[in-house]
Amino acid sequence: MRENAMGGVFFICAVVSIITTIGIVMVLLAEAVDFFRQVSIFQFITGTRWSPTIKPTEFGVLPLVSGTLTFTFTTALIALPTGLLAAIYLSEYANRRIRSIIKPLLEVLAGIPTVVYGYFALVYITPVLRNVFPSIRTFNVLSASIVVAIMIIPTIASISEDSMRAVPRSLREAGFGLGVGKLKVTITIVVPAALSGIVSSFILGISRAIGETMAVTIAGGNLSRIVNPLNPASALLEPVQTMTAAMVEIGMSDITGDSVAYRSLFAVGLTLFFMTLLLNVVSQYIKTRYREKYQ
Amino acid sequence: MSDSRIAMEEEHTIEQREGSELETILKVSNLNFYYGDFRALTDIGVDIYRNKITAIIGPSGCGKSTFLRCFNRMNELMGDTRHEGEILLNGKNIYDSDIDPVRLRRNTGMVFQQPNPFPKSIMDNVTYGPRMYGLRNKQQLQDIAVESLKGAAIWDEVKDRLYLSALSLSGGQQQRLCIARAIAVEPEIILMDEPASALDPVATMKIEDLMRTLAENYTIIIVTHNMQQAARVSDYTAFFMMDEHRSGMLVEFGKTDDIFTNPVDKRTEDYITGRFG
Amino acid sequence: MITKRAGNRRERQAEVIKSTVLANVGDNVQKERVRGRIFTGFCIFATFFGIVSLASLLVYVFYDAVGWLDLQFLTSAPSRFAEKAGIYPMLIGSIFVVSLVAVFSLPLGVGAAIYLEEYAKDNVLRRLIEMNISNLAGVPSIVYGLLGLGLFVSVLDMSHGIVIVGAFTLTLRVLPIVIVSSQEAVRAVPDSQRYGSLGLGSTKWQMIRSVVLPEAIPGIMTGMILALANAMGETAPLIMIGAATSIFTAPKGLFSSFSAMPLQIFAWSDFPSEGFRHGVTPAAIVVLIIVLLFMNGIAIYIRQKFSNKKR
Repeated sequence: MRENAMGGVFFICAVVSIITTIGIVMVLLAEAVDFFRQVSIFQFITGTRWSPTIKPTEFGVLPLVSGTLTFTFTTALIALPTGLLAAIYLSEYANRRIRSIIKPLLEVLAGIPTVVYGYFALVYITPVLRNVFPSIRTFNVLSASIVVAIMIIPTIASISEDSMRAVPRSLREAGFGLGVGKLKVTITIVVPAALSGIVSSFILGISRAIGETMAVTIAGGNLSRIVNPLNPASALLEPVQTMTAAMVEIGMSDITGDSVAYRSLFAVGLTLFFMTLLLNVVSQYIKTRYREKYQ
Repeated sequence: MSDSRIAMEEEHTIEQREGSELETILKVSNLNFYYGDFRALTDIGVDIYRNKITAIIGPSGCGKSTFLRCFNRMNELMGDTRHEGEILLNGKNIYDSDIDPVRLRRNTGMVFQQPNPFPKSIMDNVTYGPRMYGLRNKQQLQDIAVESLKGAAIWDEVKDRLYLSALSLSGGQQQRLCIARAIAVEPEIILMDEPASALDPVATMKIEDLMRTLAENYTIIIVTHNMQQAARVSDYTAFFMMDEHRSGMLVEFGKTDDIFTNPVDKRTEDYITGRFG
Repeated sequence: MITKRAGNRRERQAEVIKSTVLANVGDNVQKERVRGRIFTGFCIFATFFGIVSLASLLVYVFYDAVGWLDLQFLTSAPSRFAEKAGIYPMLIGSIFVVSLVAVFSLPLGVGAAIYLEEYAKDNVLRRLIEMNISNLAGVPSIVYGLLGLGLFVSVLDMSHGIVIVGAFTLTLRVLPIVIVSSQEAVRAVPDSQRYGSLGLGSTKWQMIRSVVLPEAIPGIMTGMILALANAMGETAPLIMIGAATSIFTAPKGLFSSFSAMPLQIFAWSDFPSEGFRHGVTPAAIVVLIIVLLFMNGIAIYIRQKFSNKKR
């Protein structure tokens, strides 16, 4: 009797996780649906101005999406190649002792809270960048991207490295036996053979960047605008507001639970949730479905 | 009995064909090889003849593979290695400081025990070497591919599926693909490390037949734990051994017939008659 | 392509006779070698880029914190004036909330892990639960804040920004991490031990209680502490549930308002004066980092101690 009870207790614990997901979806949907009763979805998706609290209020999400994409793209541009190169070094070049020192050090990078990274970006990195880009603003995309890239490099490096280590030694030996140098063996044999894991890590990194909040709120400013991708200087050196930063702005302001602004919080949250969920699912899918066979 | 007679007849044919020209392509002298402190090869001295098949036999773990991998300096990829002595390829010591091991490996092809085709198409596998050397011309690459696949006796089986994954082939086919891949870069020497031990008897036979054809144009050195295979396939045999004190000793080397019918060293005779190993 | 080796042996040099095609391609061994060296350089740079950058940033922040991180800072309340500012209420708030997270997440997380590893059959339900957990791990933490806001504050009508709501919200946030690491710890217990216990006639629960759990506890603890370190640094969810970014008194009970160290750091990052920018805020950051170092240190210690103990 007690046995079944214990099994049941543990089952309930596991179910809490399912309840959490259901809770998230329900909460987001409920408020978002209310929001879309007051603001049309069309307005939301195509509006080019986001101003939830300052009149005239407008709830166009495009500037936020633009901000998120700009920030994420820049972060990815820094983090993905760096993470991959680091993984290549750890997998193909470093010996066991070096690896055992570096891997824990990389984990430390991932363990620093993002609020701290945000502060670093604002106070230490932007002044340094100013020497290179004198026109850089106090709040800008680039500084935030650099620190968030530093934060996600360990994730990319570690998953990619695992994938590369899984490539059997015999494939490399075949390449070496043909008189091909290490660089080419690594790039033409090992990396393609580990590709699904590498791509999966990339997608995961991008998902983390999209969901990143504090660093980009502190260092990126809160100026919502639509970024012009053709002008990198204006894109990177000036402030933006990402979806997450916009949510923080609403969360910090004095709005009551009945207002449109309050509900807009959940509409943006819903968008964010779906974006990251999609990416995470795709990442998992690629990892399992396209897992390379070597036999 | 009949085996050795066939062997002797074959030997006549070889001599007639070549006009008794026996040329040394590789000369090993006083070779000692160390992994760290461990001496894996002890004082090896042997000649490998061009366009002949030389088999390396001996009990497991006695250094056969280590010896084989000296010829293309693949051992050095394992880390802390050291050698004494020399190996002359066409008169030049492959350990000289002006010899780049990568370039050396372009002249020696290697076939491994487990077939290891790349997880790419058959075409990409065969043309991998030439492409990595810088050959871009599609037509030339195709020609090389066709020639190599024919030379490895697998063309007919793959000609309609060149762009399918190499992993869709059977084990024996994969191994022949690996051989095609190796000969596509026109090495002088082909090193084979137990190439058929992971294959079924039919596939094994195909490989052995292929070896005899390949010997017309390449020098082949094969490590095998299968004595019958060595007797069937090779012109010359080197018998390696180890004891409690030393590893990688060359006990006896000679024409395959002689080794198998009239071994000089008692240890060779014991091994061949199955008394150990 | 394949040339017969006819001809005088003297004509054959140490070079190889290759067909014209391959011979004409030439030899890129040297060029590749140089490229390889450059590439390796980039790889090493990439590997150390993050580490060196963070190290420099840490040096900066510790340097700035010197002189500002003292007992007065640790025991005072925040203030508009840099010299008087302190972090005490946030320090207590952080510790309080994270302790509660530990209390809530440990049984839930370990319970779920035990269910998944010991009770669940390998069927669709189990895979669904595990997939769901791995998805939850990837949900941005701010969304957990929205969940806390919508569920605890709105639906359950609890107050904004009180300790218990913060603890619940962060518990949900770190639960996936606790579950996964507990699963690994439980999985690592060798089956032979399980069979040994069952063979002696114990029930499943008895086996878990007497054999599996004790073995798995070090791994569970390690994973737990790392999850709590995570929680200690969380900011966005707390903002969403209405926690104050600055507060003058430490929370007294479960239903008190509270603030946490990362929130105060966030608030102070807005203060542009030198005293804050290069004094107070770095000091707060250093306190947070030291607390995290301490927690990670414990986790590593536990891991070392108990992996040495294994036979």
